[in-house]
Amino acid sequence: MEYSNQRKELKVSAIENGTVIDHIPANSVFRATRILRLDKMENQVLVGTYLDSKKYGKKGIIKVSNTFFKDDEINKIALVAPSATLIVIRDFKVVEKKQVEIPKKIEKIVKCVNPNCITNHENIPTKFDVMKNENGIYLTCLYCDKNTSKENMVFL
Amino acid sequence: MKNRSLLSINDFSLDEQLKILTLAAEFEKNPTQKILEGFVVATLFFEPSTRTKLSFENAASRLGAKVIGFSSLATSSVTKGESLKDTILTVSNYADIIVIRHPNDGSARFAAEISPIPVINAGDGANQHPTQTLLDMYSILKTQGRLDNLNITFVGDLKYGRTVHSLTIALTQFNTTFHLVSPVELKLPSYVKRHIKEKQLSYFQYTDLLDGIPQADIIYMTRIQRERFSDPIEYEKVKNAYNLNNSMLINTKENMRILHPLPRVNEIALDVDNNPKAYYFQQALNGVFVRQALLAAILGVK
Ligand SMILES: [Zn+2]
Repeated sequence: MEYSNQRKELKVSAIENGTVIDHIPANSVFRATRILRLDKMENQVLVGTYLDSKKYGKKGIIKVSNTFFKDDEINKIALVAPSATLIVIRDFKVVEKKQVEIPKKIEKIVKCVNPNCITNHENIPTKFDVMKNENGIYLTCLYCDKNTSKENMVFL
Repeated sequence: MKNRSLLSINDFSLDEQLKILTLAAEFEKNPTQKILEGFVVATLFFEPSTRTKLSFENAASRLGAKVIGFSSLATSSVTKGESLKDTILTVSNYADIIVIRHPNDGSARFAAEISPIPVINAGDGANQHPTQTLLDMYSILKTQGRLDNLNITFVGDLKYGRTVHSLTIALTQFNTTFHLVSPVELKLPSYVKRHIKEKQLSYFQYTDLLDGIPQADIIYMTRIQRERFSDPIEYEKVKNAYNLNNSMLINTKENMRILHPLPRVNEIALDVDNNPKAYYFQQALNGVFVRQALLAAILGVK
């Protein structure tokens, strides 16, 4: 038991201060890192994919040192990881733990599915209302009014 | 409505829409009033639409405003790759209001977002064309004396025609009964029908043109475009099935009038033009009065 815990620690080591995003679907981890612009970040970022999880089978995890996200920033990843858990760490201790929430509006990170939309022809950040129906989340473009379904979401 | 942009008909409340129609009637009685002297109207046509451009420019000049602008056929710097944003910001230095027509959906809303002066959408791609909707409403009001409780028959391409979509949605405010005549492949999309259902109004769908004629107060004809059909033989069949001619009008209501957003191809036979029930050329003229009303209201002089 002890031994296996140790091995997990080695895979993605603990952080002193920062944010852990856990329970990300294994295949969405890199999309989540892009949405959070972690590739541009100059802090230590640890990423684990296809880790074993009792609850989720295979999961991904992201640990970002010395970074604390605003709610509207972190909630953007709910588009690809609605089940993700946010854990805030200070001095190696968990000080906050919560579920990400699906935001009401999304800006910049998703492309509009309509090829004739102005956002696909001019250098304009996209804007969507986040909507929900029986098939799940979809986005309504604030410029062209067309809907982008979950399957059609392309992340910028 | 002062200083507000008009991008979609929903940007104006029902009261505001009706106020525009009332103002339009005033301008129809007295179309030449120099109340916009000293104002500059910019008409930016990023794709050609002679009809709409002339109508706006006529409206502006009858009110004494100066008109500047361009119609894109390689004359403007647009073709040299200047962004829409730069064009809007530059033009807004020289004008008090912008009228924009642009091939991309959502372009007018984007223009309004960055523009310090109000913007009127004169058609953004396949998306919205609110001044057409208002002039259609004005034409219905003028010929029927009311907008409430009418039987409106739409004929032709109900699937792709944005004119039909916006007018249908606007008419759900007035207890309309809808008669929808189209080939099966060009039926009214479900998102538009949803608006009809939400207001618990009735609609009837037909494929035979004759079924939509006798009960109609308004017959709104539209063009069926060849591009909508993968099979050219199918197109020829359908095109000829929705051709309105004078002999079909014998048993129509006395008050019935025929509308068409123009240009037409062959969906209305030439022998209809002299029938007093043909209203499509006056309808186009009504566009001038409605656009006068919009310019005056948004520029704050009425
Ligand atoms: Zn769009």
